[in-house]
Amino acid sequence: MNQIFHPSANVIAKASIGVLIVLVGVLSVFLYFFVRSSWMTGVNISEPQPVPFSHLHHVRQVGLDCRYCHTSVEEAASANIPPTETCMTCHSQIWTDAPMLEPVRVSWRDNVSLEWERLHDLADFVYFNHSIHVNKGIGCETCHGRVDNMALPMKVNTLQMEWCLECHRNPAKYIRPTDEVFTMGYAETVPAGHDPLVEGHELVAQYGIEVGRLDNCSICHR
Amino acid sequence: MRKNFDIPSIRKRLEGTYGKKYWRSLEEIAETDEFQDFVKHEFPQGADQWLNPVTRRNFLKLMAASFAFGGLTACSANPPQKIVPYVRAPEELVPGKPLFFATAMPLGGVAMALLGESHEGRPTKVEGNPDHPASLGSTDALSQASVLNLYDPDRSQIISQGGMLTTWSAFVETLRGQLDSQRASGGAGLRIISETVTSPSLISLFQNVLQDFPQARWVQYDPINRDNSKEGAMMAFGEDVNTVYQFDQAEVIVSLDANFTQFGPGNVRYARDFTDKRRVREDSTAMNRLYVMETQPSATSTLADHRLPLSSAQMEAFARALAAELGVDVEAPPAESLAAVPENWLGAIARDLQANAGKSIVIVGENQAPVVHALAHAMNDALGNVGQTVIYSEPLEGTSTNQMQELRLLADDMINDRVEVLLVIDANPVYNAPADTRFAEAIRRVPFRAKIGLYVDETGALCEWNIPLSHYLESWFDARAYDGVVSLTQPLVDPLYSSKTAHQFVAAMIGQSESSDYDLVRDYWSNELSDSNFDTLWQTSLHDGFIADTAPPTKSVSVSTAEINAVEPAESSGLEINFRPDPTVWDGRFANNGWLQELPKPISKLTWENVAAISPATAEELNLTNGDLVELRYRGRSVQAPIWVFPGQADGTVVTTLGYGRTLAGRVGSDIGFSAYSLQNSDAPWSDSGAELTQVGRGYKLASTQTHYNMEGRDPVRTGTIDHFREDPEFVQHMGEHGPFDPNSSLMPGWEYNSYAWGMVVDLNTCNGCNACVVACQAENNIPVVGKDQVLVGREMQWMRIDSYFEGELDNPQPLNQPMLCQHCEQAPCELVCPVGATVHDAEGLNVMVYNRCVGTRYCSNNCPYKVRRFNFLDFVDYTTESLKGQRNPDVSVRVRGVMEKCTYCVQRISEARIRAKIEDRRIADGEVISACQGACPTKAIYFGDINDPDSEVAKLKAQPQNYGVLTELGTRPRTTYLAKFTNPNPELEDPNAHEDNGHG
Repeated sequence: MNQIFHPSANVIAKASIGVLIVLVGVLSVFLYFFVRSSWMTGVNISEPQPVPFSHLHHVRQVGLDCRYCHTSVEEAASANIPPTETCMTCHSQIWTDAPMLEPVRVSWRDNVSLEWERLHDLADFVYFNHSIHVNKGIGCETCHGRVDNMALPMKVNTLQMEWCLECHRNPAKYIRPTDEVFTMGYAETVPAGHDPLVEGHELVAQYGIEVGRLDNCSICHR
Repeated sequence: MRKNFDIPSIRKRLEGTYGKKYWRSLEEIAETDEFQDFVKHEFPQGADQWLNPVTRRNFLKLMAASFAFGGLTACSANPPQKIVPYVRAPEELVPGKPLFFATAMPLGGVAMALLGESHEGRPTKVEGNPDHPASLGSTDALSQASVLNLYDPDRSQIISQGGMLTTWSAFVETLRGQLDSQRASGGAGLRIISETVTSPSLISLFQNVLQDFPQARWVQYDPINRDNSKEGAMMAFGEDVNTVYQFDQAEVIVSLDANFTQFGPGNVRYARDFTDKRRVREDSTAMNRLYVMETQPSATSTLADHRLPLSSAQMEAFARALAAELGVDVEAPPAESLAAVPENWLGAIARDLQANAGKSIVIVGENQAPVVHALAHAMNDALGNVGQTVIYSEPLEGTSTNQMQELRLLADDMINDRVEVLLVIDANPVYNAPADTRFAEAIRRVPFRAKIGLYVDETGALCEWNIPLSHYLESWFDARAYDGVVSLTQPLVDPLYSSKTAHQFVAAMIGQSESSDYDLVRDYWSNELSDSNFDTLWQTSLHDGFIADTAPPTKSVSVSTAEINAVEPAESSGLEINFRPDPTVWDGRFANNGWLQELPKPISKLTWENVAAISPATAEELNLTNGDLVELRYRGRSVQAPIWVFPGQADGTVVTTLGYGRTLAGRVGSDIGFSAYSLQNSDAPWSDSGAELTQVGRGYKLASTQTHYNMEGRDPVRTGTIDHFREDPEFVQHMGEHGPFDPNSSLMPGWEYNSYAWGMVVDLNTCNGCNACVVACQAENNIPVVGKDQVLVGREMQWMRIDSYFEGELDNPQPLNQPMLCQHCEQAPCELVCPVGATVHDAEGLNVMVYNRCVGTRYCSNNCPYKVRRFNFLDFVDYTTESLKGQRNPDVSVRVRGVMEKCTYCVQRISEARIRAKIEDRRIADGEVISACQGACPTKAIYFGDINDPDSEVAKLKAQPQNYGVLTELGTRPRTTYLAKFTNPNPELEDPNAHEDNGHG
C-alpha cells in the first residue's frame, strides 16, 4: 500500500505547530490591544448629540459648578442628567433665539425629553455609585477627565474593570481632599515639592477607606 | 404501572424507629424507587434537556441565545444607548433612589396596608406599612405577589364592545341609554354585582345609584366571603358584628379550623401578635399555647402545641362538647360523634381555657358552619374574653348581606328573565359561583351585560362591554382594614391602560362619568370629616396609609344560646368533601400570577396544581396513592382530580382548594387543575358529606417540591418541649448527627472579619411557613418562573424554600417548617470547587456569586450540602414580554441562561446601607439592613444583621442556647443559624413517651 503522507508532511506538521503558536501569540496580542482600542471602548470619540453641549463653555467660561446640573452626584448612584427645565432656567432668558438650542425649546414646549447619546456605559452587572466616590475624595476629573476642556463631551477612560481596579487597589494614587472634588486641574494646584502620594495615604486613612475590601466582587457586582 | 408506596409498610417503618423521627414525605419513608432516583442525582435526570416542544418562539429564543453565547458580544462595542432625562423633574425624585408610598391592597374588600416601592415611577415591590395596625411592617404572600398582576400582559387593556375597541364615552352613552330605560320601573331590571365592598366612599356612591333606582339590586359576592361568621353572629347575638382578636393578650388559643395566621382579614397582624407570645429566649421562656382542631394541616397548625384532625362534621360536635364543658347552656353531643377526640382532650382543653379566662381565645375558621361560630362566641363570652381578647364592632361592610343568598336570588332573577341590565364590577361569578346557581347559563339571558374587571375573564367573555379595571397600584381607593380603620390606596403609577376604577364606573351611573377617582375619594372624605383642616388631615392620612380614628367603636352584645340549641346537629355519612381557599391562587383571582402558581403550598409543597387530598387511612381504605387520578363525584356532579395523600388530614374527608380550573385566566393560569366551584353547592359552600372517589387513572405527575433537595435524614430541624428547655437549655446543642463541630479539626484556615460580618437567624419557633418571604425574595431579586414541567424536573429557581418536615406518627404528625436559603458558610464548600472563581468569599463573610464569571459547571451546587444553589438551565427570564420588564428591580442583575444563582443576603440592600453609612462616616446601625425575606415575614421569624457587633439583635440571638446550625458537623460554619422549635404542651395531654428529644443521633 502506498504511503498516505509524503515525507514532506513531517516538515509541514512541525511547521504548522510553530505557525499555530505564533498565530495564537499574534491573536492574543491583537485581542489585548483590540479590546482596549477606542473602537471597543469609545474613548476619545464624541457622538453627535441633539445639542452640541459644550462643557468647555459652561464650566470654564461661565463657571458653573458640576452640581448645578448633575444634582444628585453627592447623594445617589446616578449623577443625574439634568431635565430640560435646568437648561431653560438660563436659556429662557439668554440665547433665547439661538438656532442651536431649538431642540431644547422644542423639548420644553412639547414636553418631550431630549435624547442624549450615552457615552459612559457600564455593563449591566456593574453597579457604580457616584455618591460614595465623590464623598470620599475621588474628583470628577479622575474619571471624566478635563471636562472643562471639552467642547463636546467625550469619554477619556475605558471604564473597563482593570481600570476600576487600578484605583480600587490603590486609591491613594487618585484621592484628593473632598473640597477639591469638583476642581478641574487639581494636579496643577498642588504646590511643588508636595508628594501627592503621602497626602493620598493620609486621606485614605482619614476618610476611612478600607483598601483591602474595595476589590471584593460584591462591592460592584450583585 | 408501579405503585408509589403502600401505606401499611410506611406505618411499619415508622413504628420501627425509636426516639424522634422526622420525615419529609411519604415517598421518603417508603423509599420508593422514584424518590431514590431523585435524591441520588444532584439535579434530576434530564434536567439539562429541553423538554418543551420546539415552538417557533422557543426556537428563536434558543437561536438568539446561541448567537449571544457564540461570543459575538465579545467582539463588539457596547450597543449605543440613549439617556432620556425628564423635561421637568418630579419633586423629590432622585434617579436611582426608590420612593415609598403608603397604599393598600383590597382583598375580599378588606385592606392590607402596604408601602409601594417606586423606581422612577415603576412600582417594583411592596413592603408592609409599619405605621398601620393591620401590617406593622409585614405582608403576606398574596400582597407580595400582587405587583406582578399590575404588569400582567394578559390584563384587560382596552375598552371593548363585543371584542372591538371602543371608547369610554361610547360606553357611558350606551349605559345612560340603558339606565334611562330602567328609570320608569325604578330600576326593576337593573342588577349590579360586585365583590365585597368596605369602602365608605364607594358604598355612598352605590347608595346614590340605589336612590335613583330604588327597585334595583346591588349584590356583593366573593366566593371566600364571611357569610358563616355573619350567620354565626346573628345566631349568637341577633346582629352581625366584626370580630377583632387580641392575640397579644391571649395565653391559650383554641382554633377550630381557623388558619388565622395565613388567611382572612387581619392575618398578618394576628400572626405577629400570636408569635410575639412565643419568642422564647433564655431569660424569657413564657409561651402561649395553641390547640388546633382542623381538617387539613395548615400554616397555623405548624405552630400548634396540640393538633387534632377532625372533619367538619366532627368539628361541630367538638365545639358543642367543648362549649358544654365550659358551662355554656348547650346540649353536649352524643358520645359517638366524638369518637375521633381522645377522651381526656375536652376536659383538659376546657380546664386550660378556664384557668386562663379573660386571656384566651376560641377562634373559628370561616369554612365552619354558622353554629360553630355562634358556639365560639358563646364560649368566649363564658370565658370572659369579650372585651379582653375578643372585641366586637360594626361589620366592615356597614350593612352586611348574606352573599350566597343574594347570589342565588340574582341567578334566579336572571333565569326568570327579570334582569335586563347587569353590571359586573370586578367579580367573576361565571367562574366562581357555585355550580347549582347555573350562573353561566343564567347570565346569557340578560340582554345588556357590562363588566369592569382586571381581566376579560370567564364573566367578561359573556359580557358585551368590557372596561379594564385599574390595578390597586394605579387607583385611588379606600377600604377598611380588618379592624375597620379606613385605609387609603394611592396609586404609584398612572394607569398603564385605558382603565377605570370601580368608583369611576359607579359614578358614571349617576352622571359623573368624567370624575377622577382621586376627586371621588377625596371629596367624599372631605364632606364626611368636615374638618376645617382637611388638607393637612388628608396629607397626613396619605402619608400614614390610613385615616386616623375611623375604626368603628366597640360594640357590646349579649349572647343567647336559644338559636344555637335550635340547630340540628350536623349528620355525616360517607366521605366528607371540603372546599378551601387556595393558599397561593386564593379564589382564582391570582391564577395568572406565575409567582404564586409556582409557590410551593405550605406543607404539601405542591405547585401549579390543586388536588383531592385525603388522609393516609382513607387512602389505604380506598386503595389510592399519590398521583392516582380519581373521579370526584358529589351531588351528581363530578370532576377528575389527582390524589394527594396528606398526612395529618382528618380521616373520611376529601379536601380540594378553590381557584383552579380557570378557562380564561390568561397564558399562565388557564387550564390547570380542576374547578372545585363546579362541584360546589350554594347551600353547603364549604363542606358536606356524600362525596365519592373512583379511581380512573394512575401516574399523574404532581409537581411537589417536597422530595427535592433531600437532606438524607440528618435532622436539620430541632424541636423539644419548652419544659425540657427550661430544665436543660443546652439540650439543642447535643442533637444532630455527630454533635457540635470542633473548629480546630479543619484544615482550612479561617477568615478574619474586621468590619461587618453579616449573619441571619431564623426562629423556627415562630415560622409558620406562610411563604411571604419566598415571594418577597422572588420580587426583590428578579427570580424567574419556570413552569410545571420544569418544576417536575427540579429546576425551580426560588432562592429560598421552606422545607417542611413531619414529626411523629402518620395519621397525626406535627408538621414543621424550615426556611432554607444560602447559609453563607464561612468555610463554604462551593467556593473551593469553582474552577473560574465565580463564587468567592468577601470580607464581610458573604458568599458572593459573580454571575459574569460563571461558566455553568454546576460543581458548586454539587458540593453544596444545603442544596440552595439554583441553576438557570434554559434562559427562564422572559425578555420578550414588554410589560413584565417594568417590575424588575434595577438594583439586581437579571441573570441569563447557564449561570448559577442563589441567595445573596440581599447584597444590594447591604451595599446601599454601606454607602449611606460611609458617606455619613458611621457604622451601619443594627436593623438598617433588612433583607427582603425579613421585611416580609409576618411572624418576624427572620433576623439579619452584623454578628461582629455584640449588641446587634442577631448576635444576641446567636448567643442563645437554642441557636444551632444545620450540618455544622461538616465544618461549614454557616452564617445562617436557626433557633430550635419548642412546643408548650398541656401537661394533662402530654405524651408519656415525650422527652426523648436528645435521644437521636
